[in-house]
Order: sequence, then C-alpha cells, then structure tokens
Amino acid sequence: MTCTEFLALLDDLIDDTVTPAMRAQLQEHLRGCEHCEVTLSTTRKTIQIYRSHEIYDMPAGLRERLHAAIMARCKKGC
Amino acid sequence: MSTIQPITDELEPHPDVALVERVRAGDVSAYDELVRKYDRQLFRIAQHITQNREDAEDVMQDAFLKAYEKIDQFQGNSKFYTWLVRIAVNESLMRLRKRRTGRMVSIDEDIETEEGSVPRDLADWAPDPEQNYTQSELAEILRKTIQGLPPGFRTVFALRDVEGLSTEETAETLGLSIPAVKSRLLRARLQLRERLSRYFRKNKGSRELGVEN
Repeated sequence: MTCTEFLALLDDLIDDTVTPAMRAQLQEHLRGCEHCEVTLSTTRKTIQIYRSHEIYDMPAGLRERLHAAIMARCKKGC
Repeated sequence: MSTIQPITDELEPHPDVALVERVRAGDVSAYDELVRKYDRQLFRIAQHITQNREDAEDVMQDAFLKAYEKIDQFQGNSKFYTWLVRIAVNESLMRLRKRRTGRMVSIDEDIETEEGSVPRDLADWAPDPEQNYTQSELAEILRKTIQGLPPGFRTVFALRDVEGLSTEETAETLGLSIPAVKSRLLRARLQLRERLSRYFRKNKGSRELGVEN
C-alpha cells in the first residue's frame, strides 16, 4: 500500500468504517511509515480537540434572550 | 396471512415525533421544549458557517421561526433535528452571501483548492498539545484556524465532526452526494490538521498566536 492509498482511506479508518481485512492492510502500512502514523494521530487529535472544546458556546444571558424572542413570536403565530 | 410487520413498527419512535405532533395540534410549550433542546447546536452551526456572532443570533432565531411556520411541511421521513439543521444551514449561507455582496457563496465554493490534499507538515505533535495554551488562547487558535477554511469545508466538518451527524445525514442536510461529503470532510480534516501543526508541533520553542489567513 502506498501513502496516497493510505490517505484515501484515512477517514474510513478514523470513522471505523473499514473491513477487518482492510484494517489489517492499513495497520501493516502504518508499521513501516512514520509519516502516515503522524498524519493519522494528529488528524484524530484535531477532531478530538474541536469536539471537546466548545468554541462557540452561547452565554446563558444571550440564550434566554433569544429563547424569549423566539417563543414570543411563536405565541403570536410568528 | 403474512405475519411480517413493517420494520418501522419495531423501532422506538424518536421522542421529537411526539413533540412535533403536539406543536401541530397547537401546543406552543412543546415547541419551547424543541427550541431548548436544539438551540445550542443551531447557534454553533450558524457560527461555524457565518463566522459572525450577530449573524449566528439572527440565523438561530429565523431558523426556529421558519421551522415553526412550516412545521406542517415536515414530512417525518428525516429526523426533526436534521430538518432544522437544513433550514439553519440555508439561512447561514444566505447571511454569508449578504456579507460578501457580489460574491457567490455556496456549499460548492472553493472546493478546487489543493491545500491539505497532501500533508506537508509531518512533524509530530506534543503530547496533549492544548495544555501549552490557556483556554482562551486555545479557543482563539481553534476559531482562527477553522475560519480560514472555505465555507463548504467548515460546514461539513462542523456537521460531521463537531455535531456528530452521520455522513448520510450530512449529505441529506446539505443536498450533497455521499462521496462529495466524504471528499470535503477529508480535505477539511487535513487542512485543519496542517494549520494546527504550527501551534501543536513538538519542540516548538515559542508560543505562536498570530494566524495568517
């Protein structure tokens, strides 16, 4: 397996949608390729960091204000 | 006589189905529950796409009001949440278009870029690299980094990786094919990884906060 072939299946490996046979081939490639190992681990970390750090949280005050505005309009029939 | 039951009878109906039915029957408090359940997600998605706080507030309100007005049109063959997200994504893209007068903004924009297709920065990252920054520094890095992605890429990344929609749900929500979603997701992930490497790589002597976009 080449690095390009590995990269084409990177998402499937991360999302765990590969067959056991394909997983074995990907792992075999990883054993001899530090570049792809780093690409895999740092891409996984990228997803994990974005998932676990809330960068666009809604402050409680804003949430209540928007919620009240939405419900007031709905009660009037929009 | 056949004893085979339709497969849908064997599945628990999604809790939103009952809430939507109550809304249709005129129970506004049921809509209140739906708003509270999904407002944070809609706000996040709108922020990811528009990259503008005021626009995100407007998108969230407009999306919930539009969904309320059109609730009779909700077919029930998709989840209420993905239907709602579709409305919010369309509203967000419209806002983005208004901000960039004269420029087309669509889910297909800027997909020709080759950036990130092939990883260039192959330095490994420090273990727990985010610990080298304060929470506010890290949030700034993550915001600036995702801001630099084309709208079509950051939308797919936000829906799939931040909000946890499936590939199929993302495709349905955005009106894209499954291969198109997969292609954008891979490029988005690799571009973000590449851009974050400048902050998170091992043996980084000094902390870097300025991001070129």
